[in-house]
Amino acid sequence: MTEGTLKPQSHKPTRRDFLLLTASAVGAVGTAYFTWPFIDSMNPAADILAQSTIDVDLTPIPEGQAITVVWRGKPIFVRKRTAEEIRAAEQTPLSELIDPEADQARVKKGHDQWLIVVGICTHLGCIPTGNKPTQNRGKYGGWSCPCHGSLYDTSGRVRHGPAPLNLSVPPYAFLSETHIRIGTDEVTHG
Amino acid sequence: MDSITKVIRWIDYRLPFFSFIDHELRGYPTPKNLNYWWNFGSLAGITLVIMILSGIFLAMHYEPNTKEAFDSVEYIMRNINYGWFLRYLHANGATMFFIVVYIHMFRGLYYGSYKAPRELLWMLGVIILLLMMATAFMGYVLPWGQMSYWGATVITNLFSVFPFGESIVEWLWGGFSVDNPTLNRFFALHYLFPFLIVGVVILHLIALHQHGSNNPLGIDRKEPRDSIPFHPFYTVKDMFGLGLFGLVWAYFIFFNPNFFGEPDNYIPANPLVTPAHIVPEWYFLPFYAILRSIPNKLLGVLCMFGAVMILFFLPWLDTSKVRSATFRPYYKWFFWGFVIDCFILGFVGAHSPDHIFADFGNLSNQTLGQLTTAFYFAFFLLALPLLGIFEKHKPLPKSLSEPVLKKSIIVLTLLTLSHTCSAEDTPSIPQEKWSFEGPFGTYNREDLQHGFQIYQQVCSTCHGLKHVRYRDLAALGYNAEEIKAIAAEYKVEAIDEDGNVIEKPATPIDTIAGPYKNEKAARAANNGAFPPDLSLITKARPGGPNYIYALLTSYEEVPPKEVQIAEGMHYNPYFPGGQIAMIPPLNSGVVTYDNGAQPSVNQMAKDVVTFLAWAAEPELEERKRMGYKVLIYFAIFTGLMYFLMKRIWARVKD
Repeated sequence: MTEGTLKPQSHKPTRRDFLLLTASAVGAVGTAYFTWPFIDSMNPAADILAQSTIDVDLTPIPEGQAITVVWRGKPIFVRKRTAEEIRAAEQTPLSELIDPEADQARVKKGHDQWLIVVGICTHLGCIPTGNKPTQNRGKYGGWSCPCHGSLYDTSGRVRHGPAPLNLSVPPYAFLSETHIRIGTDEVTHG
Repeated sequence: MDSITKVIRWIDYRLPFFSFIDHELRGYPTPKNLNYWWNFGSLAGITLVIMILSGIFLAMHYEPNTKEAFDSVEYIMRNINYGWFLRYLHANGATMFFIVVYIHMFRGLYYGSYKAPRELLWMLGVIILLLMMATAFMGYVLPWGQMSYWGATVITNLFSVFPFGESIVEWLWGGFSVDNPTLNRFFALHYLFPFLIVGVVILHLIALHQHGSNNPLGIDRKEPRDSIPFHPFYTVKDMFGLGLFGLVWAYFIFFNPNFFGEPDNYIPANPLVTPAHIVPEWYFLPFYAILRSIPNKLLGVLCMFGAVMILFFLPWLDTSKVRSATFRPYYKWFFWGFVIDCFILGFVGAHSPDHIFADFGNLSNQTLGQLTTAFYFAFFLLALPLLGIFEKHKPLPKSLSEPVLKKSIIVLTLLTLSHTCSAEDTPSIPQEKWSFEGPFGTYNREDLQHGFQIYQQVCSTCHGLKHVRYRDLAALGYNAEEIKAIAAEYKVEAIDEDGNVIEKPATPIDTIAGPYKNEKAARAANNGAFPPDLSLITKARPGGPNYIYALLTSYEEVPPKEVQIAEGMHYNPYFPGGQIAMIPPLNSGVVTYDNGAQPSVNQMAKDVVTFLAWAAEPELEERKRMGYKVLIYFAIFTGLMYFLMKRIWARVKD
C-alpha cells in the first residue's frame, strides 16, 4: 500500500495541503534557527573579540629596523624607515607596480617614517624576512618571502611575484608621537 | 520524465538509496493501532542525533586536562557564543535521553515487544542501554567538578571486586588514582561511544524492520488493512510528539537548567575532600540503590550489574506466549508493581543509606532498599516464569481491525527528584525574594552595582572571581571608561622586556583574580582556611542564593551553650558544622553607597548575593529571553502538527 492510493481525488488545494505547507515552513524555520547557535559557537569567542586591539610603544625601534608584534594572532611589522627608504617608496612610478598603490596611501599623514603592515605574504601566508638589516630584504629593500621568492619594497608593496597583492595595512591610529594602537582607526582618549 | 527523476533513477540503479528510503521510511507498513507510547523510539533517535551534534560542538572548546577542564567548561558558559545553550542542551539532553529510553523500555515490557520473533531486537536495545550508561558516566566526569571526580572514583572502584581487581582499576585509571590519564581516556571514549550507539541503533532498526513493530494488542498483523504506510501517518505523529518533547526539554534548558545537576559539581575536583553526600545522576539511582542495599561488596556489585544483565534473558524468563499486558490480568499488576518498584529504588538511591523515614513507621532506607531489590529480581525470576504457566489470559482479538482501542493520552509525569540536604543538622534555609527569580526575573541593576561595590570593598580582600572578566561588568551598567578605571585599580603579573616578573594595572580583558597567588598563600593568610573563589558560589552550594544570604546574615556572637567554637572560628548555624573561619564580613557602616545611604546588613547581603548570582549566571537574562521564543515556537509547532495529524488520520478509522 502506498500513499498514492490514499490521495484525495480532487486537485483543489485542501485544508490539509494548507496545514502541511504551514507546518513544513514552521519546521524549516525552526531547524534553521536551531542550527545558528551551533554555527555561531565556532565564531571568535567574546574574550577573543575583546582582545582585538593592542598598543605598541615605538620608542625602542631604531631607524632602518622593524619589530614584529602580534595582533589577533598575526605578525604585524612596525618599521621605522630611513629618509632614503621613504624617498625610494614615494618615487616609484605606479606603473611599475603589480598592485598599484601610492606610498602616501599606506602611511598616516605626518608619520611618513612609520610603515605598519601585516607581515603575511599575500601569496600563501608565509612570513617574509627583512625586519632586521641582517636578513635578506630582496632587491627592493623591503621584505623577501622565503617560501616562493616574492619581493616587497620599502612601502610593503609587492614588486616581484608570485604574490598578487601588497602587504595589507591593518587599522591603526597614533595615540601620541610614540604610541600606536593597532586594531582600530579611531582613538578614544582615556 | 523530468531531469530530476532521471538523475534519481540513475543513482538508484547504482546505489539504491532512494528506493531504500521509499521502502523503509515512506511505504514501510506499520500497524495502524500504535498508541503514543510508540513515539518514544523516534524521540530516542532524535535525541541521540542532538546529543552527538551538541557534543561535537562542545568538544571543539573543551580541554581534556585536569588543569584546564573545569575552567574550560566555564569558558564555554561565559565566552563562547551560545556556549551556555550548547552545554545546557547537552547536560539536560542526557536526562531527556534516559527518560525517553526508559519509557521506551517500559513500553516494550508492557506490550511484550521482546517476545518471539523480536528477541534480538530487545537484546540490541539492552546493549544500547549499556553503552548509554557508560557514555553518560564518562560524560559526567568531563566537567571535572567534585561529583565528576568522586563519581569516577566510586564507579571505577566497583571493578576492584573482580579477580585481579586492583590491576583492573589501575588499568582503568592509568595511574594510582583518578587523574589526568583517566580524564583523557574518558574524553576519548565519551566521544567514541555515541558512534558505537549509532551502529547498534542501525542494527536495532534492521531487526525492527524485519518483522515490523509490535502493537498494543500484541497480535500479529493478518490482513493488509491492519497496516498503514509509515509516511505520512507516523511521521506526522512523531513530529507531534517531538513538539511536546521539545517543550519539556526547552523548559529545562532555559528555565531550570541545573534541576538535574548537583551543586557540588560546580566546585572544582579536589582529590583530598569527598563531598558530604555523593549521589549519581538520577538515571543511575535505582542501580545504585541495589548496590548499597546489599551488605556484601562482591554481591552488591554483582547484583547491580545483574540488574541490567537480567534484561538480556527477559525473552526467555517470560514464559507467556501472549505479548500484550492488555490480555494478561495478573501480569498487568505485576508490571505496574515493577514500575513503582523502580521509582522507589530511585528514591532509596537518592537518600543516604542510614536515613530513617519517620513518617513510615521508622522504616530504614536500608530495609526499604533490600525489599525493593528483592522485588526487582523476583519480578524477573519468579513472577515472569510462573505467570506464564498459571495465568489465564483473556481472549485475543482476531485481527487489529476488530477492536477499536481508545487511544491513551500520555501524561508525562516528570520525575520530582527529592534533593536531599547535605547536612541534616543545619536549619532549613529561609527563602528570600530575588529580582532574578522565576521565569520573568531579571537582575536589578542598582542591586548589582551596590553588590559589586560590596564585593570590591569587603569580599575581594580574601575572595577572587576568576571566571569573571572586568569587561563583563558592562552588564552591570558600567561604560567602557568606568570599566577601565575599575580594572586599573587591580594589579596583574606580567613579564617585562628583561624577563622580570612585574606587576602592572589590569585591563578590561583580565579576569578578576583573587588576592592570593595560590592556595597555600591563601591558607597561610587565613589560619588554614581557604576562601573559595566566588564566581560560581551561588550555583555551588545547596540552597544557592538563599544559602549565601542566610550565611551572611546569621552570624551569632554568642554561640548556643552546647556548641564549642574552636580558636579563630565563628558560629554560624547555616554553615555545615556550625563553625566558619570567615569573620562576619558585613557590618553596618562598612560601605557607603553612591547615594550616601549606609545600608543595613540585610540590604548589603541582598545586594552582594544578587551580584554573586549574576557572577555565577551572567547568561540568565539572555537565556530566559531565548527560552520564551523557543517555548512559543514549540507551542505553535505542536499545535500545527496536532491539527495536521488529525487531518491525516481522519482517513484511518478502522
